[in-house]
Amino acid sequence: MGAPRSLADCTAGELRRLYAAGEASPSEAARAVLDRIAALEPTLHAYLHVDCEAALRDAARWDGRAGMEGAPPLAGIPLALKDNICARGWPATAGSRILDGFRPPYDATVTARLREAGAILLGKTNCDEFAFGSSTENSGYGPTRNPWDPMRVPGGSSGGSAAAVAAGEATLALGSDTGGSIREPGSFCGVVALKPTYGRVSRYGLIAFASSLDQIGPFARDVRDAALLLGVIAGRDSADSTSAPEPVPPYAEALTGEVRGLRIGIVKEFFGEGLAPAVAGAVRAAAGVLEGLGAVCDEVSLPHAVYALPAYYIIAPAEASSNLARYAGVQYGHRTAHAHDLYALYARTRREGFGAEVKRRIMLGTFALSSGYYDAYYLRAQRVRSVIRREFTQALERFDLLLGPVAPTPAFLLGEKIEDPFQMYLSDIYTIPVNLAGVPGISVPCGFVNGLPVGLQLIGRAFGEATVLNAAFAFEQATPHHTARPALAAPPRADGGAQARA
Amino acid sequence: MTLETVIGLEVHVQLETASKMFCGCAVEFGAAPNSRTCPVCLGLPGSLPVLNRRAVELGLRTAVVLGCRVHSESEFHRKNYYYPDLPKNYQISQYQYAGHPPLATGGRFLLEDGDAPHTVGIRRVHLEEDTGKLLHAEGRSLVDYNRSGTPLMEVVTEPDLRSPEEARLFLAQLRAVLQYAGVTTGRMEEGTLRCDANLSLRAPGGPHGTRTEVKNMNSLRSVERALRFEEARQREQLARGEAVVQETRHWDEQRGVTFSSREKEEAQDYRYFPEPDLVPLVVDDAWVAQIRTGLPELPDAKRRRYAEAFALPEHEARLLTATRPMAEFFEATVRGFDQPKIVANWLVGDVAAYLNTAGQEIEEARITPAALAEMLGLLDRGTLSGRLAKEVLEEMLRTGRTAAEIVKDRGLAQISDEAALTEMVDGVIAEHPGPVGDVRAGKDRAVAFLVGQVMKRSRGRANPEVVNRLLRERLGAPVQVQIDPKDPR
Repeated sequence: MGAPRSLADCTAGELRRLYAAGEASPSEAARAVLDRIAALEPTLHAYLHVDCEAALRDAARWDGRAGMEGAPPLAGIPLALKDNICARGWPATAGSRILDGFRPPYDATVTARLREAGAILLGKTNCDEFAFGSSTENSGYGPTRNPWDPMRVPGGSSGGSAAAVAAGEATLALGSDTGGSIREPGSFCGVVALKPTYGRVSRYGLIAFASSLDQIGPFARDVRDAALLLGVIAGRDSADSTSAPEPVPPYAEALTGEVRGLRIGIVKEFFGEGLAPAVAGAVRAAAGVLEGLGAVCDEVSLPHAVYALPAYYIIAPAEASSNLARYAGVQYGHRTAHAHDLYALYARTRREGFGAEVKRRIMLGTFALSSGYYDAYYLRAQRVRSVIRREFTQALERFDLLLGPVAPTPAFLLGEKIEDPFQMYLSDIYTIPVNLAGVPGISVPCGFVNGLPVGLQLIGRAFGEATVLNAAFAFEQATPHHTARPALAAPPRADGGAQARA
Repeated sequence: MTLETVIGLEVHVQLETASKMFCGCAVEFGAAPNSRTCPVCLGLPGSLPVLNRRAVELGLRTAVVLGCRVHSESEFHRKNYYYPDLPKNYQISQYQYAGHPPLATGGRFLLEDGDAPHTVGIRRVHLEEDTGKLLHAEGRSLVDYNRSGTPLMEVVTEPDLRSPEEARLFLAQLRAVLQYAGVTTGRMEEGTLRCDANLSLRAPGGPHGTRTEVKNMNSLRSVERALRFEEARQREQLARGEAVVQETRHWDEQRGVTFSSREKEEAQDYRYFPEPDLVPLVVDDAWVAQIRTGLPELPDAKRRRYAEAFALPEHEARLLTATRPMAEFFEATVRGFDQPKIVANWLVGDVAAYLNTAGQEIEEARITPAALAEMLGLLDRGTLSGRLAKEVLEEMLRTGRTAAEIVKDRGLAQISDEAALTEMVDGVIAEHPGPVGDVRAGKDRAVAFLVGQVMKRSRGRANPEVVNRLLRERLGAPVQVQIDPKDPR
C-alpha cells in the first residue's frame, strides 16, 4: 500500500491513527466516503437514504477532537445503518414499500449508542424486505449489486451494508442477522461480519423479523474494526427484556492473535452435498492456516443441524406473521387508496405494500400457528431448536470454536435464485443453525473463488465473542484476503469525484 | 323439574399503577387523545415491551388474597387479531395451556351471604394489556391510544355461582377486596372494573347446559339485571323445547334485554404463541412472602376494627367497610371531626340515602370528607340545628358547596341572640292569646305549640332551647324541657 489511499478505504483503526496524527480530519473522511457513495451508488444501490448534510455536520463536530485523548471510540468514523434500524427522523422502510414515508420519532438503542460514541451516521442501507432473503433482491426498492461483480448479488438480507463497507461507501456498518443475514453478505462481499450471541446487542429499534432470532451486528473491513464496533453496541439495555446482563469484555484487548492450543471443531455436516468444492477447499485451507498457528482442529458432528432449516422456516415465519401484523395502513406507512371498509383497508394495504416473499412467509407462519397445526409445526420446530441448541452447547464444551463455510457458494448471479425460494433458502443452510442455537458466528474473508470472495465461519460459545474475534484476528493476520478491495471501489478520480448527493 | 342456574364470571380489572404494562407512559383517565403514548404503546416498528414490575406485584397481591397458587414461572403470549384499537394487531396476554400456566391458578373466595357463606373457586389470575379506544364521528373513525397498554388483570371464577343475586354479591365483595388490596379503583362506570358472565341452566347436579356469554354490563346492578334476564330467557327457551345457542350476548341497559351480538361463533383462531419479546416471568417464594406481609388491611379486618374501636353496630361497620372509598371517606372525615360514632351515623344515614337515590358511589359524591367534617363541626357548636344540618347536607351533596358557604348565603346560622329572639317570642305571644292562656292555666303542652310558632317565624333558625326558656320566663311556666342541639332528629 505505498500509494496514498482514499480515506474511504481506510479502516476505522487507520482513521483514528490519522486523526490522532493530525493527518486527516473527520470532515475529510466523511467527504471521501460521500464522494465514493456518489460515484458508486448508480451501480451498487447500497443505500436507500443518504443524509450528506447530517453526515458532514456530525463530522465537523469531531474535527480537531477525534484523535484526542478522551474522544469516544467511534469519533469521526463514517458508518451506515441497515434500513431496519431506526434513527430518529430518517426513513425506516426495512426494504418494504409498506413503510413508505414512515420516519420513526425515536432512535434504536444501537443508534443512540453510536451517536454517543461519536460515529458519523451516513444513512440507511438497502436490504431484503423485512430482512426476508439472502440476496437483497427482495427489497421493495430494487436490488443492491455486489461490488466484486455488479452482475451478482451482495448476499442478504444486509446486502446494502455489506456492499457499502466492501466498496468504501462506509467505513463500518450495522446489519441484522436472523438466519445468516449478516454473515452471508459478509462472505459474498469479502468483509468481516459478526452475528453476536442472541441478547448481546439490544434489539430496541430494530424492525422485527423473528424476535427470538434477530440480532444486530457489525460489518467492517477488518476484525479489529468489528471488535471496536461490537464493543460500542453490546450490552444490557433496559428497553429490551431479552438483552443479556453479561458484562461486555474489552474486545480489542482480546485480539492477541494467539490461538495455540485452541480447540476447533470442524462441523462435518457443513461439508456435505451442495457445498461448492472450491468453497470447501478454501474453508479447509483456512482450517489448515489456524492449525499452522497452533490451533487443534478435529471433526465434530452436529447430527441434527440438518433439521435447522425446516425448523427455522416454521419458527421465523411464525414470529414474522405476528410481527408484521401491525403493517395494516392504520397508523403509518402505506395505506391503500381503495378501501371501502375495514377489512378492505387491511387486505388491500397489505396486498399492495408487501412483496411476494413477505406474503409467502406470512402465509407459512400463519399456517404454522393455526389451531390444530400448532403442535405439529410450531411446537415441534421449537423442540428441534432445543435439540440443536443442546447439540451446539455440547460440541462447544469439547471445542472452543466450531468452524465451517458461511454459504455453499460465492455470490450468485442476480435473478439466479429469485424464482426458486427453496434454492434461495439453502444459501443459509450453514448459518441458520447458529441462530437457532443463539451463539455467535463470524464471517471472515478466507479466499477467492473465480475472483469472488469466500468467507470462513467461526462459531463460539454464548457470549464468547472475544474468542471468536481473536481466532478471526489470528487468521486475518496470517492471510492477505481482507486487504483485497473490489476494483469498483478504486480510489476516486483526481478531481475528487462526483459530488455527493442525498 | 326446577333447573339450576350456573354462573361463572370473568372479571377484568385495571391495575392501579402509575405507568402502563409495558412502557413508562402514564395511566391517566381523560387526558388529551394520544398524549399519553410512546413508540411502545403505539406499537411502532422496532419498539419492544418491558414488563411493569408494579403490575406483577398487584397481580401477586390478588393471587395471595384469593388463595391462589402462584406459578414460579409463567409466560406471556400473543393473542393475534386485527382491530384498529390494537396497535400491534396482537394483544400481549397470558394464555393458559398444557405446561404454560398463567400468573396464578386455583384459588378460593369466601362469599359472605347472610348466614350461608360459601366458597367460589378462582380458576386463574392473569395479566394482559388493554387496547386503545375507537371514536366514531361524522363518518370517520379515530383512535385514541392513551388506554393502549394499560395494565389489566383478569380473574376467572369457576362456575360456582348459582343466581344473579349471588353473582352481584360476589362481584361487590371481590371488588371490595381488590380495592382494599390497592389493586384497583374498581369503578365499573369508568371501566376500571369490567365483567363478562357465562350463564347456563342444568338439572341440579346434572351435566352443564349450553352457556351464553353476557357482555357490556356497566354496574353491579346491571350485572344482576342482565343475568336475571338471561336466566329467564334461557328458562323460557328450554321450556319451549328449544335449545340454548352458545353465543355472546350484549346487555342493553336501556331496554333491559340481552341480544345476540351475531358474531360468527366459529371459534376465532387467535394463534396464541409465547411472546418472544419478553422473558418468562419468574416469581420466587421470597417475593410472594414479601407480598403477603405487605398486604394492606382487608375489609374483614377493618370491619372488626371499626366495630371494636369505634363501638359501631355490626351493620354500620359493614356498610362503612363495604368499599375502600367509603372506608377512606369515613376515616378522613374522622380526622377532621373526631367523633366517629356521629360521623358513622351521618354517613350510613343521610349521606348513604342521598347517594342511593342519586345512584352514586361515595367516590363520585360532590362532598369531601373535609366538608362533611366542617358541617358536623357547625352542628356540634350549635351554629346549625339538627334539622338545618340535614338541609345543608342535602345541598352540599347536590352542589358541592361547603356548609359555611350555604349557611352564609342563605342566612341559615342558628339565632341564639336573646334580644332578637325576645322580639319574636313577644310577637308570637301577642298573636296567640288562646295558647298563651292555656300555658298560663298550666297546660304545659301549649308551650311546644308556641315554640313551633317562633321556629316558623325564624324560618327554623331560632335556637329552640333558648326560645323555650324565653317563653317559659315570659309566661311563668316551669323550665323543664331540654332539647339536645346535637340530635339531628
